[in-house]
Amino acid sequence: MQSADQQGFLRNLTRRLDPLIVPLLAILTAVVIGGLIIWAVGGDPIAAYRGLVQGAFGSDRALSETAVWATPYIFAGLAVAVAFKGGLFNIGAEGQLAFGAVMAALIGYALPDWLHTPIPAYIHIPLAIGLGVLAGAAWAAIPGALKAYTGGHEVINTIMMNYIALNLTSFLLNGPMKDPNPLNVVARTPSIAESARIPPIFVDLRVHWGFVLALLVAAFMWWLLWKTTVGFEIRTVGANPDAAKYAGINVKRTIVISMALSGALAGLAGAIEVTGLNYRHELGFSVGYGFDAIAIALLGRTNPFGVILAAILFGAMRNGATRMQFLTQIPIDIISVIQALILLFVAADAIVRYIYRIRAREERVVLTRGWGG
Amino acid sequence: MDWRRFAIIALIIGIMFGTVVLIGVSQNSALVLITSMLATTIAVATPLTLGALSGLYCERAGVVNIGIEGMMLGAAFFGWLASIYMNTVFHLAAMPSLLTGVVTAVVTGGLFALLHAVLSITFKVDQIIGGTVINILAAGITGFLNRQMFFGGGSVFGGQIPHSPGVLPRIHVPVLGDIPGLGRVFEQQPIALAALALVVITHFVLFYTRWGLRTRAVGEHPAAADTVGINVIRMRYMNVIIGGMLAGLGGAYFTLESISSFEPLMTNGRGFIALAAMIFGNWTPFGAWAAALVFGAAQALQINLQFLRQLIPPQWAFLQNSYVVGLAPYVLTMLILTGLIGRTIPPAADGKVYEK
Repeated sequence: MQSADQQGFLRNLTRRLDPLIVPLLAILTAVVIGGLIIWAVGGDPIAAYRGLVQGAFGSDRALSETAVWATPYIFAGLAVAVAFKGGLFNIGAEGQLAFGAVMAALIGYALPDWLHTPIPAYIHIPLAIGLGVLAGAAWAAIPGALKAYTGGHEVINTIMMNYIALNLTSFLLNGPMKDPNPLNVVARTPSIAESARIPPIFVDLRVHWGFVLALLVAAFMWWLLWKTTVGFEIRTVGANPDAAKYAGINVKRTIVISMALSGALAGLAGAIEVTGLNYRHELGFSVGYGFDAIAIALLGRTNPFGVILAAILFGAMRNGATRMQFLTQIPIDIISVIQALILLFVAADAIVRYIYRIRAREERVVLTRGWGG
Repeated sequence: MDWRRFAIIALIIGIMFGTVVLIGVSQNSALVLITSMLATTIAVATPLTLGALSGLYCERAGVVNIGIEGMMLGAAFFGWLASIYMNTVFHLAAMPSLLTGVVTAVVTGGLFALLHAVLSITFKVDQIIGGTVINILAAGITGFLNRQMFFGGGSVFGGQIPHSPGVLPRIHVPVLGDIPGLGRVFEQQPIALAALALVVITHFVLFYTRWGLRTRAVGEHPAAADTVGINVIRMRYMNVIIGGMLAGLGGAYFTLESISSFEPLMTNGRGFIALAAMIFGNWTPFGAWAAALVFGAAQALQINLQFLRQLIPPQWAFLQNSYVVGLAPYVLTMLILTGLIGRTIPPAADGKVYEK
């Protein structure tokens, strides 16, 4: 027989672990179903998953590449998570990311030419990243303002902004910003100057200081959301806009701030990819980040530290998938299926609780509202 | 649906048609240009019309469905797969293969909708998240199977080279098609014609049948509907599935009527634009159809300007840039959603979980 003390301890422990249990079971269920799909199309799921893990964590280089993949995922995941905290669903991270990347690339390659002088790295790098962040913030502030002042729903507007961004960047990268190198046939910018490049952390590995920055920014976002007035206002508006209004919070302004902050983080993701990894912007690289970011934010339960873990998981899967495809000929697209299943089970935690017979907690987090709100 | 909204729609479409007539009139007669624009507009508006009707059934019953994009994409893939499978493996003729494809697409849409219904009605998942799950899932599954079956080792065609049965043929409509000059506007393919018929049918069903009355009751005030004995859960399930089947038919347009191949993510935001059309149409079938025609006209304008490229005067050079013209439908959608053109009113219980 257990003593009352032990029972209390166990109950306390399960309560503390509860936020982790559902995501972990969701991942497990998705991996099992993904394995069944691989088996159904004639593959060997064990070999596929072994290749996946090997490719993601098997060597120094694999670990470095996982961190490289995780870096933009952390920023973009934080972007969607902040919007969720403010009661907004930002499906437009992709477009905001593309604009941040275009701006960072422009400052990176063109600024020294415009000024007719080389720029020291300690000015050039922050300038390229900072303006990329501003571009992302501005791009997201538009649907934010439309939501706050006209009621136009941000879900449709951010998606439309994605397509507008895609058209505009296609125009820029095929026209005024196209790499003039005569050998170049793709829509991309010229390489950015050496002075705008973030250095790698280790020699011979691609992981760069942007990964460390991502961890720091996640910590900063936690501080911002839970320890500052702005963060309190964002969370209050997200939880209950009517109560926020009666408490004297400027709801409309807070909605615009939430979206701008979200866009700033997405723009940061794009700017860091340009300055830390690709050293240029190429058309199409941003495709898919928006939906991945939603899945990461939900899997991380919109908590900045949860987002880090979810982003590393997704980065590991994307990175390991290449080796899995090489070893077992299973197309890397299976990763998208598994990720969608993870999202399905995280979003519909009732299904996971039903399968594994876990009791629900009392509170339910409201993430979005319909057309009326 | 008020007359003002229709007037604005007519004005926008008129401006776009006028642009084409002004540019092309030196080469073709105005009547030829207008009928050609009209025919293209109706054809390319097909998935938007069907998507908007899909959203209409769901939201009139109180379930927000932003997964239309994913339902269309999934239906486009599986419908196309079924048609070439029938054609290649069972050596069916082109027509029955294509019809099998259409049926498969409709069933696929219905199954995706069933998932949405289970998530949002039974498990009470946030409906917008549920729709996003469907969009991501459809993109993942179609991308994976497309590569696995056609570029990987797992071909389902038993070593045979798959051949596509082509696209659905144009149909000659008896009376309307015989009008001199204007007749070719109605020389459409079957899904486009079905979409036109479904607009009328949906209007009738929603406003003149018991089913429609119950659907609207469930979407406006589910508790009251429940009190008078309407099964709220069942009505919502049925309407969401009907909506999914319509989205599936819209998906079939992409691979069985427009072109005869599949590309990953080929729906390219049409599902979302369809939703905007539904909202702009103030949740009515004719309004949604008119709004879908606006987007269709914007796309037809883009297509026609490509053909008339050489005739564009230099001071209108921006019209030569397909990226700039390509922005029109998306910018238009955003302007519409700002409510600049009159407020729209969603069903009162739209997006709200019904708890007894």
